[in-house]
Amino acid sequence: MNRPHYILRPANPLFIAVSLLGAFVLNLLPWGRWYGIPDFVALVLVFWSIHQPRKVGIGIAFFMGLLMDVHDATLLGQHALAYSLLSYFAIMIHRRVLWFPIGTQALHVLPLLLCSQLVQLVVRVLVSGNFPGWLYFLESVVAALLWPVVTLMLLAPQRRPTNRDETRPI
Amino acid sequence: MEYSPPPLFKQGASARAKVVFFSLIALILLVADSRLRSLTVIRQVVGTALYPLEQVALMPRDAAYMIGGYFTSVAALEKENRLLHEQQLANAQALQQGRQLQAENDQLRRLLGANQRVPLKSVMAEILFDARDPFTRKIVLDRGARNGVEAGQPVIDDVGVVGQVTRVFPLTSEVALLTDKDQAIPVQVLRTGLRSVAYGGGSGSLDLRFVPTNADVRNGDVLVTSGIDSIYPAGLAVAKVVHVENKASDPFSHILCQPLAGIDRNRQLLILLAKSGLPAQPVYQDDKSKDKKDVGKDNADGKVDGKDKAAGKQAASLAAAAAKKAEPATKQARTPAAAATKPSSAGTRR
Repeated sequence: MNRPHYILRPANPLFIAVSLLGAFVLNLLPWGRWYGIPDFVALVLVFWSIHQPRKVGIGIAFFMGLLMDVHDATLLGQHALAYSLLSYFAIMIHRRVLWFPIGTQALHVLPLLLCSQLVQLVVRVLVSGNFPGWLYFLESVVAALLWPVVTLMLLAPQRRPTNRDETRPI
Repeated sequence: MEYSPPPLFKQGASARAKVVFFSLIALILLVADSRLRSLTVIRQVVGTALYPLEQVALMPRDAAYMIGGYFTSVAALEKENRLLHEQQLANAQALQQGRQLQAENDQLRRLLGANQRVPLKSVMAEILFDARDPFTRKIVLDRGARNGVEAGQPVIDDVGVVGQVTRVFPLTSEVALLTDKDQAIPVQVLRTGLRSVAYGGGSGSLDLRFVPTNADVRNGDVLVTSGIDSIYPAGLAVAKVVHVENKASDPFSHILCQPLAGIDRNRQLLILLAKSGLPAQPVYQDDKSKDKKDVGKDNADGKVDGKDKAAGKQAASLAAAAAKKAEPATKQARTPAAAATKPSSAGTRR
């Protein structure tokens, strides 16, 4: 199967920043204690770490993690550690993942997200010793299901043609 | 070599070096936060900076609430109004009797020369959001240090205790609910006066630990705060016993309680601005002689009167148990001996 590989426009750093901010605001929404609400920041961080590893890396992931820690009233460093590792693993696989069709990409992303959740779980179990139940991992599955949507939305600005051609059929 | 590779492939530090560096920082932060609890400054700064963003994120929900409130039917409002009227009538009698009892109690206390109970100030607060953390049960309120809120103050609703303020930011504060795993509250069974400590179960219930099997606790018993911790004022309703189980193999009863307050329901809560008369964290010293002197002094204070609140600053080992218990959201010592000695040591100090 030959999937066409489009040549994309360079990513706009401003758009990356806005997308991270948007994901953060989505995480700030009062979700309460529902199971399976994806961690939008983690998802967007994985996306940019895979697509733009030179622009969004481990440092940015770390600081986003600190912000999440303060907002979620968790231990300072819990999300920071998880996101740093998440970003690292995403950068490790970024050359390979993009050659796969979008569904397979989501399957590659799922273990990364699960791993970041596992890091948080281990930290919490070590510190306070309570286990929130297996439904906790539903978050990552939902996030992985959202991967095609996120790809579509965050790649859209790079797919615009450089100069609009009115006579072009598509 | 005078030749160096072109700067084409320079990417800064390698990803592996970066991840090691940031993970180390994160681990240091984790240890510092969980063991030393010394990162309040970072939290304060970041928390204050996040406040406007949080407000923005809450806007859609608040708008939905407003629209919903606007379209509430008149019938529903009338019904609520009637209900509130009935409640007010029912409360009026209790209030009048309560005033009389208060006056009588004050007089009796004066006669006995006991400490006067100070009426508590309180501040109304609204829940901003549930902290999105599956491991703990915390809520964030919209009142903070600017309104006089301090860590350790109890939070109640119209029925009973909801939780305790565990962290204060300038404009918001975090409250650990009673059902939080690390939360403990000293209680008394209203019917028999039996004292114990109720621990959060992490799943919407509380349990009484280390109550002997022959203790008189039954289903339906109401637990109120005992007030011996000098944090929670005495007599606030806490929970109702829903399940008592005695096993032959276990020297202690297994007692489950359901919190009375609407822990997951309310939007408006009351923070009691109690000034905690707690001694400072004890400093562990190798100097035994100093320790002994302090203990002696503390005991003497306890016998004479409850004046040890000022002296409590240098209280050492005896006060340690009370301080440990009173410190918000601290892991409790989980031994029967500790549970038994804590209330009594605090009791003599009152």
